[in-house]
Amino acid sequence: MRNRLELPDQQWNRVSPKYVVVVFVGSLIGGLVLAAIAVAFLLLNGAWWGWLALGVIAAVTLVQLIIAPRRARSIGYWLREDDLLFRRGIMFQRFVAVPYGRMQLVDVTRGPLSRALGLADLRFVTAAAASGVAIPGLANQDADALRDRIVQLAESRRTGL
Amino acid sequence: MTTEPDGPTGRPGPEVAGSPEPLRSPAREAANLADGEWHLLHAATPLLRGGIFFLAVLGFVIANLRQRLVDLFFPEPRYGPDRDPIDAIYSSGMTGWVLLAFAGVLVLCLAAFYLAWRMHTFRVGQDAVEVRSGILFRTNRKARLDRIQGINITRPVLARIVGAAKLEISVAGQDANVQLSYLRSALADALRREILQLASGARAAARPTPEGTDATIRPAATAALAADSGSQRDVTVPDSGSGHRNAGHPEFATRVRAAVGERVGDFLAPELDPDAASPESVVKIPPGRLAGSIVLSGGTVVLVLMGLVLIAGIATGRLWLFFILLPGILGSVGFYSRQITRSLRYSIAGTPDGVRIGFGLLATSNETLPPGRIHAVEVTQSILWRPFGWWQIRIDTAGHSSQKGAAGQANTTILPVGDLADVQRVLALVMPAYATEEHRALVEEGMSSRGTRYITAPRRAAWLRPLSWRRTGYRILDGVALLRHGVVWRRLVLVPLARLQSVGVEQGPVLRALGLARAELHTVPGPVHPRLAVIDLDQAWIMFDQVAAGAIEWSGRDTSQQWRR
Repeated sequence: MRNRLELPDQQWNRVSPKYVVVVFVGSLIGGLVLAAIAVAFLLLNGAWWGWLALGVIAAVTLVQLIIAPRRARSIGYWLREDDLLFRRGIMFQRFVAVPYGRMQLVDVTRGPLSRALGLADLRFVTAAAASGVAIPGLANQDADALRDRIVQLAESRRTGL
Repeated sequence: MTTEPDGPTGRPGPEVAGSPEPLRSPAREAANLADGEWHLLHAATPLLRGGIFFLAVLGFVIANLRQRLVDLFFPEPRYGPDRDPIDAIYSSGMTGWVLLAFAGVLVLCLAAFYLAWRMHTFRVGQDAVEVRSGILFRTNRKARLDRIQGINITRPVLARIVGAAKLEISVAGQDANVQLSYLRSALADALRREILQLASGARAAARPTPEGTDATIRPAATAALAADSGSQRDVTVPDSGSGHRNAGHPEFATRVRAAVGERVGDFLAPELDPDAASPESVVKIPPGRLAGSIVLSGGTVVLVLMGLVLIAGIATGRLWLFFILLPGILGSVGFYSRQITRSLRYSIAGTPDGVRIGFGLLATSNETLPPGRIHAVEVTQSILWRPFGWWQIRIDTAGHSSQKGAAGQANTTILPVGDLADVQRVLALVMPAYATEEHRALVEEGMSSRGTRYITAPRRAAWLRPLSWRRTGYRILDGVALLRHGVVWRRLVLVPLARLQSVGVEQGPVLRALGLARAELHTVPGPVHPRLAVIDLDQAWIMFDQVAAGAIEWSGRDTSQQWRR
């Protein structure tokens, strides 16, 4: 895989293994909701394409469930000297570097499932909407520690907008 | 005019909750609005803000009242065939009540407008602009001066007649701008100059720094001016005599420097009333070029197509096409006229406190962008403009004036149309440190050639960008990333790394199969999107590392936020 986007030196911090459950359940619920809509169409007007849609939804959901562990594993972050490096995705890869001085705020959110598993999602906001750095599925204490660390780093490297 | 509340003639106004400081009428404050005191807005503000509606209601009421008055004093018995007098009196009585009610509402409105105006006060302190407003629900908004992204002065037609102007201070963030509408026209210009001076750090530098500054070092510009106006320096010496002449020598020097710096601002800034003395614009748009640039826009292509469809439709008897296409054609006429009014009397000039862009024929707009507030610059040319060598420049800034441009468009197009020399002049204004021969050559190459100064995409990128792969490339030089791409729509994007928010590389399955990647520089939201759709995989990492490192290095080095410090 020569063409793959990859950084040679691996020092990535990965998210909690429990995050796989969140991805898994999320895919499952999404698939079920779509399947329910397709079934509703089938029952209401018996459209033939309802079966087709149902099949596609089932297949997509199955693939998502299979790759869920890899998707969760693909998320990584790396606190470098002056910036935060973030990666995400298998098929559609994305690497972002955000200087600490550019962080405007750090969000910690916990969904119901995440809370049950003791996980938290971190989101970093810069003045650019496109930055889009969000690290989901960190263990609670890791998330808090990372947030405090980032805020501290951002404070020490504060620059203008 | 009965609607216009009488401006207070200097006497302390009615008790305003939460403002123990005496308020002063702007009429008596011509000298200085930025003195840290609370000030009122222009006396015609209520009229200008809700004014037209209010006037209309008043006109309606008066028109009706006149009829009622006639009815009241000359009761025309028209109730019943036998001209019953009691009925007429009864009717007249009702008219009176209606009259009274109208009068009451009117008085209430007047009182509310007047009170709102009295309660709407602002002050400009050493480090913040503060606005208080509201009668029942008080709001107090404070904007830090060092966070100002731009100051826009607009003069709608009605306000121009009264001699008022709207001053808007843009800060980053949604709906975070501070609006002072309306101010006396001349005062608005003076206030902008004052605010920009405060924001520039010129006065902050006047405070002696704890570590003490070296008395012998003096910025070149200040020294040059000190030489020009030695008398000014002499004048300031006795003023600062209260300081310890012997012990506090560095303090003394900083004070002199600050005082001289203030003079620099006072004398060099050509920010006079633009109606009185127009600043020297570095770009003149000839009317022919303006009209040509607007005719040769994408809208025209659509218009011509619609015209052809219309003719074909009518020729074949499909008249309904006419009704479908007519709104579009009318809309495009509006579009053209907006474009023209926007670009008429366009001017761009450099002042010590930033780039100043003005435009508009009837309603004028005039924005000053302090240095270090421009996050990305894009130079574009459509294929229609290429034979004429015309270019357009757009920018990304963090703060946006909610006051749209005269065309109802965002004030992000800082050069509507210009030739190569104009582009170079405007770029020299918005990026003063980026105007050497080398930089110019680089910009020129980025604009119109496939030259090798840029690191371009490999040949296999032709699968995705058959026309423009040779042009798609980047170059990083002296803290600015230049991205060029496009053949039909030529684009060159300049991003000062000092203000870059983040950088990203991405890859999807198609790009992976070709060994390519996509690179994106993230800046504040705006019309400019700095990105390279295709880039060699290894080059992507080199660029990623260079940009990430450059962003940290240059943001640490950047001092333009307080440009006079």
